[in-house]
Amino acid sequence: MKIAVCIKRVPDTETRIRIAGDGVSVVETGVKFVLNPYDEYAVEEALQRREKAGGGEVVVVTLGPEAAQETIRTAFALGADRGILLKADAVPADALAVAKALAAELRDGCYDLVLFGKIAADDGNQAVGPMVGELLALPCVTAVTKLEIEGGRGTAHREIEGGVEVVEFALPAVLTCDKGLNTPRYPALKGIMAAKKKPIEVKPVTFAASPLKVVGLEPPPDRKEGRIVGEGPGAVGELVHLLREAAKVL
Amino acid sequence: MTAILAVTEQRDGALRKVSREVVWAARQLADQLGGTVDALVLGATGTDVAGADLGGAGADRVLVVADAAFARYAPESYAATVAGLAQGGGYAAVIVAATATGKDLAPRIAVRLDVPLASDVTALAALGGKITAARPVHAGKAIQRLVFEGGPALVSLRPNTFVVGVAGKAGAVEQVPAVSVPVRAVVKDVKAAEQGKLDVAEADIVVAGGRGLRAAEHFHLVEDLAKAFGNAAVGASRAVVDAGWRPHAEQVGQTGKTVSPTLYVALGISGAIQHLAGMRTAKVIVAVNKDKDAPIFKAADYGIVGDLFEVVPRLIEEVRKARAG
Repeated sequence: MKIAVCIKRVPDTETRIRIAGDGVSVVETGVKFVLNPYDEYAVEEALQRREKAGGGEVVVVTLGPEAAQETIRTAFALGADRGILLKADAVPADALAVAKALAAELRDGCYDLVLFGKIAADDGNQAVGPMVGELLALPCVTAVTKLEIEGGRGTAHREIEGGVEVVEFALPAVLTCDKGLNTPRYPALKGIMAAKKKPIEVKPVTFAASPLKVVGLEPPPDRKEGRIVGEGPGAVGELVHLLREAAKVL
Repeated sequence: MTAILAVTEQRDGALRKVSREVVWAARQLADQLGGTVDALVLGATGTDVAGADLGGAGADRVLVVADAAFARYAPESYAATVAGLAQGGGYAAVIVAATATGKDLAPRIAVRLDVPLASDVTALAALGGKITAARPVHAGKAIQRLVFEGGPALVSLRPNTFVVGVAGKAGAVEQVPAVSVPVRAVVKDVKAAEQGKLDVAEADIVVAGGRGLRAAEHFHLVEDLAKAFGNAAVGASRAVVDAGWRPHAEQVGQTGKTVSPTLYVALGISGAIQHLAGMRTAKVIVAVNKDKDAPIFKAADYGIVGDLFEVVPRLIEEVRKARAG
């Protein structure tokens, strides 16, 4: 089984976000970058599928700056076989531009599965995976929490509001992975050592100007200063009174 | 005449609440542009279009695609139908709900129209004839402002963000043919969660619990308070989901769901930055925590410092009383 996993380098979710002087980007100095949390489920799923099939290849593909090589090495340490970096100075805000670059790379790769994380923790677009599915004219299931593959056909569960959709498809397919699909492993020392030697192919990509322009990035509006109503169960009466009379939510 | 296409959402033949939000947001935009709103309903024959009063929410016309193949979400056919209409109708904007379905559908429409998508938008406006959108990025730690230089502007709207008013438009219903294309991913079944269970992303009131509850079996306090409020959903912090106390479907935060309820009650949640990112747009936040320095109190409108095992039972009782009275 040949599996591509599309991953992204993103700021650690515990990071505070500071807006850069240009007013449209984030200050990267001092920020710890990690493998996008949801991509961990995609990498894990690929590794488990390869192990179950008793062979095959897991290729990690990312679009990002030179530093995204570190993110590829993180996936290597977990067990991925080789990497492709579509090198760009910055990842475009237009998800369709990203999807087109990835689809062009994946199109002739003869992959049985193309996996993504459900959503990127930075731009929150949740769009590149299904866009790639459409661009490649492949079956695509998003936000998968359970997956069974047997004889070239798959059944996936995806969470919807108040329920679960059961979706059937044929391989090759594009899937985006949600928390719950599996439990991502930690890198073993042997894997970390091996990661240094695995090959990364670097391919520069360029983008035409997008009709979707980022014109601003700003901190979220401050919440009005709150108040401590009191201590212990004795404060409950006052709280309920406030919810009813001041906030009018009761 | 500028027109906006508002794509509504139904399940089991009933239009979902978010549909009116999408139509209302389209109405606001149309009024700024001096245009009209077409609300699109995709569903099986007999979908309850009238019950949702889309005209009341601002639709000039309601376009109904009624087809047996559309009873359940059919990704490619839904996308082809919306894209076909958008191409033929000369719409200035196409608005979809950023729900589980909409987040799957909108990117597919983007590919078929070959236009960019602004996802999970929380504000929309027309400025000098161009459509602008604002959306949270970094899970709400920053707001990104976007301008569409070309059309149609394709956006998905975050549910529970747009407060629907009364527009009183005609809402005249017209039937539109379905575009059925080969569906590559087939929804075979929809398994509903237990009866009456509200999704945390959709609920008006969310009661969430964290590590302060100390054990999974104490979560009944969260559930009981949710019941006391009536129609409230139960949420959970990442710590308790990772510990296996609660399912991921209930997780609120950067690696869970982002919620914007009217009231969010955080019980024994310290307020890690990644949790705050998921709930800071709630209208009113209440926190109960024994640590007076917990960051959750910085986000909370009202806080009680104390042992939740003493505070919450009293709160359940008082809320019941208040609602009964």
